[in-house]
Amino acid sequence: MSPWHFFAEHRNEILAATFDHLTLVLIAMSIAIAIAVPLGMFIVQRRTLSSIALGITSVFQTIPSLALFGFLIPIPFIGGIGRRTAIVALVLYALLPILRNTYVGLTGVDRSILEAAEAMGMTNAQILLRVRFPLALSVILAGIRTATVITIGVATIAAAIGAGGLGTFIFRGVAMVNDAVILAGAIPAALLAIAADILLGQIERRLKVL
Amino acid sequence: MNTKPAQNPEFAIEFRDVSYEIRDARNEKIDLARERSIVSHISLAISHSETLVLLGRSGSGKTTLLKLINRMLAPSQGQVLVEGRATTDCDAIRLRRGIGYVIQEAGLFPHFTVAQNIALVPSLEKWDHARTVARVEELLRLVGLNPAEFSSRKPRELSGGQRQRVGVARALAADPPILLMDEPFGALDPVTRAELQREFSALASRLKKTIVFVTHDIREALLLASRIALMEAGRLVAVAPPQDFLTHAHPEVQAFTNCLDTPTGGSQ
Ligand SMILES: Nc1ncnc2c1ncn2[C@@H]1O[C@H](COP(=O)(O)OP(=O)(O)OP(=O)(O)O)[C@@H](O)[C@H]1O
Ligand SMILES: [Mg+2]
Repeated sequence: MSPWHFFAEHRNEILAATFDHLTLVLIAMSIAIAIAVPLGMFIVQRRTLSSIALGITSVFQTIPSLALFGFLIPIPFIGGIGRRTAIVALVLYALLPILRNTYVGLTGVDRSILEAAEAMGMTNAQILLRVRFPLALSVILAGIRTATVITIGVATIAAAIGAGGLGTFIFRGVAMVNDAVILAGAIPAALLAIAADILLGQIERRLKVL
Repeated sequence: MNTKPAQNPEFAIEFRDVSYEIRDARNEKIDLARERSIVSHISLAISHSETLVLLGRSGSGKTTLLKLINRMLAPSQGQVLVEGRATTDCDAIRLRRGIGYVIQEAGLFPHFTVAQNIALVPSLEKWDHARTVARVEELLRLVGLNPAEFSSRKPRELSGGQRQRVGVARALAADPPILLMDEPFGALDPVTRAELQREFSALASRLKKTIVFVTHDIREALLLASRIALMEAGRLVAVAPPQDFLTHAHPEVQAFTNCLDTPTGGSQ
């Protein structure tokens, strides 16, 4: 059976899986952003805390994704089979690129600008929110873009623990030794990643100040 | 906010035997964290409405002295008094909002427009919109920029000289009685520089502010100062009005006055 034939026949199923995949990624990314950006802002001026936070998140990143899903299954409350465990794993993966870029963006603001802000009598909170944050925004967004592309890829593996999404086709195709089925999962996943990359890249460019 | 110099304190700014030291981290293991003096034993009183020029070579401690005034640095020893009060007894934020600061490289916020940059302290002080807008226009005219043309530009759309002008306008925004200026005309071509110096001296005599002006250019010092204070390696080696400064005997003074003889040098 040709891939096109398979695609046409399973159009609705593929669309539904794509939608599942996208919501999985969106939920995980929203949580990761909600954790990593404020955390990044919190650790900017705390040297030891920042190396601890960055260290822990990079450890998550080094665990092979399939192993991370496996580790989470036996953990009570967050573990088990299904979407919830998958989301936890995806969040852990997405944290590092966002946290690192938030940190780098916020700390990379030109010294003379920070000095001027201090000299004008801005408080630390005002400097963070009104100077550092807007100037770091494009760098933070670059981190979000990287994390999104990674998450779209890793989310295909979430199918292994019953989270659904486009990975379902890939695992089924591997089991059936059927390229058409694998491609039915792989192509939409790749397209999603490319689309996210382009879209976020465009927003990032618009936010760039200099 | 203190908008006018108080009547009672004798001096606007006073250094009383001030030293500032840092721990030299690089030498920590060799020298048992030896303390390095950046400025030492500075005593200096600056009167209201005077323009004191801090002159000195690069690295002599001029910027450090400025930062001690608005408490971006706290003295390791001695006291800095502003309007009669030790800076360490003041709330640093309040103190800074009452002191205009023009930073060495202009330090404008790249994500703000010219108008937003100038309106920074007024916005922190929660001025109402109409008052802020009027003030921004007034200041742009004061520093010789057309408000209609420049208000909504971003700093990257300005030349170096225009940026410096905006830096000066920003420092003046809330009408602070004290103005600290760190080589405000440092990065400019000689013609623009001379032009800004002329405008500045006219402005200074009109505004009646206490101004501490940092430079390493003796010509600029002679032109603008009511008194010149010369720094050498963290110490104050001479304080004198311009006419007496030229004949001062200290070798570092001579080193600077010698620059005046060379026909081309001086402004670098
Ligand atoms: N945070 C710091 N850590 C270590 N050394 C410092 C620090 N700040 C200043 N210094 C040193 O203190 C000395 C005085 O610095 P300062 O910035 O006051 O000099 P300056 O007279 O303003 O020089 P310039 O004309 O080049 O701006 C310099 O030797 C500098 O290297
Ligand atoms: Mg300096």
